[in-house]
Amino acid sequence: MSVLAPQDLELTDGSRIGVVGGGPAGSFFSYYALEYARRFGLEVELDIFEAKDFTRIGAAGCNHCGGIISETLVQDLATDGLVIPSDIIQRTISTYTLHTEQGSRVIRTPSDEHRIASVFRGSGPRGCLDTSLNGFDNYMLELCEKNGARVIREKVTALERSEDGITVGYAKSAARKYDLVVGAVGLSNKTLDLFKTICPAYSLPEKTRAYISEFMMKPANIEKSLGSSMHVFLLDLPQITFGALIPKYNYVTLVLLGRDIDKDVVQNFVQSAQVRSCFPADYPIDRIAPCQCYPYINIKQGKHAYANRVVLVGDSGSSKLYKNGIGAALITAKAAASTAIFEGISEKHFEKYYAPVCRDLDRDNGVGKLIFRITRIIQKSSIIKRGLLHQVGKEQSISGSALRLSAVLWDTFTGSSGYRNILKRFLHPGLLLGLIGSTTRSNVPPFNRNSHEKQKARQAL
Amino acid sequence: MKSKKLGKRYKDGEIIIKQGESGNSLYVIQEGMVDVIHETEEGDIKLAELGASDFFGEMGLFEEDVRSCTVRAAGDVTILTIDKRNFFKSIRRDPSLAYRLLEKMSNRLREANEMIQTS
Repeated sequence: MSVLAPQDLELTDGSRIGVVGGGPAGSFFSYYALEYARRFGLEVELDIFEAKDFTRIGAAGCNHCGGIISETLVQDLATDGLVIPSDIIQRTISTYTLHTEQGSRVIRTPSDEHRIASVFRGSGPRGCLDTSLNGFDNYMLELCEKNGARVIREKVTALERSEDGITVGYAKSAARKYDLVVGAVGLSNKTLDLFKTICPAYSLPEKTRAYISEFMMKPANIEKSLGSSMHVFLLDLPQITFGALIPKYNYVTLVLLGRDIDKDVVQNFVQSAQVRSCFPADYPIDRIAPCQCYPYINIKQGKHAYANRVVLVGDSGSSKLYKNGIGAALITAKAAASTAIFEGISEKHFEKYYAPVCRDLDRDNGVGKLIFRITRIIQKSSIIKRGLLHQVGKEQSISGSALRLSAVLWDTFTGSSGYRNILKRFLHPGLLLGLIGSTTRSNVPPFNRNSHEKQKARQAL
Repeated sequence: MKSKKLGKRYKDGEIIIKQGESGNSLYVIQEGMVDVIHETEEGDIKLAELGASDFFGEMGLFEEDVRSCTVRAAGDVTILTIDKRNFFKSIRRDPSLAYRLLEKMSNRLREANEMIQTS
């Protein structure tokens, strides 16, 4: 029974919060809601509904994601006292390697420190024999349990609004009434439709399919072929906006983002010389990987993801275009948790304190779309790609160099900075002049005699 | 395994920050322990031991002054550096990030007061 008076819509001692979905967005919300309540001296009950068992190997325990914890996210979590234990981390990433048809360049971390982590979301890919792996989602969910959340291992089947709360119905047990219900269900249409019934103004996010697969490899081979570098590909291939190989301990994760990725697009990508060069020569890369999926990704955020007593966070509400989805889950979950605990749980409260955070992400994504349009032009132009490689090579080889382009690319690939910040730095006159100079030098004879391609051609002779 | 730890590794006895030197980063201990030492003409005074998830160097975020203490690895330790610019950008977006910092600084102030009163 609710202890709230209908007119005030604020959480009080004994209030109940139901969080539907125990992935990062649901766990971050729960962790911070309980933490803020502790600071505020408020005693709330919090239940997390999660039917998936993240300790299971393969699709049954996985939330289908490349598994990168960005530099900014690692720092924000550490500042909050959330240190990601090393048994969760599959490998730390210290560099990015940019591959194009014209050559490759390594971009080093600006800080000379390992600050990006690759993780599994579940407990390892399908076919994995190691049963001791612990994934990020399970770690976060256990952390919430330790902090006082109750995890209910059931699928939510109904949501019903009444005068004094929202009733959550689930398959095997009696329904429970909550003062606040939080949707952290990713992009699952079925569950989002349930939320639409209690949140009528909500419009569902737009989505497209990405591709993720896992290649099993000996750790020594990964170290030799990929090292602790995330390999990103700017190849002139249709439908692919972004392709990356993420090294883990004994797996390599392939992530392809773009529009409607299908089998042919994937085959085109893995057959390219640049991707093959990242694997040992005898590795059967074109053989179908035992663990692969085509998960949905958010390309346009949902609108009005809140109502009285309801708020949607993470992908269900707002995300970051193509990058740092876990980071966006943290941003929206914290904003929703602080609104609910410190301000209130009415539509007006969420409109005033939560919606601006979503709108800010949306505005940034608008600029992100422009950046990816520019990236698409670069992908198609061998002339610009030569210039890009030349400029990055120059910056990386000169000690004390301004690293303008390297830092812009680093932040674009890692998701460490907002897209507006990236665009602002890309338009710096020094960067543009340097890039124009490098494009000229790497394309126009006789200046281009030391270009990567010319050197390679000479070596071939 | 080296490639599974975030941050930078320091060996036992290695100096992470040195009293009197300038610096403006915050450090968070990922794994291991460190000793916080005040260097005086009479010798070193150990002020505190810090462990996983503790932070140090916070005064460097707010002051342009030199480091007030030396921090030394007590055994092998992994430390994550939080950039000043990243820290303030994050706080602008999410002011609650400063709460833990304030809580710890308040604890340290109380401990310092108690030390002064007992000495």
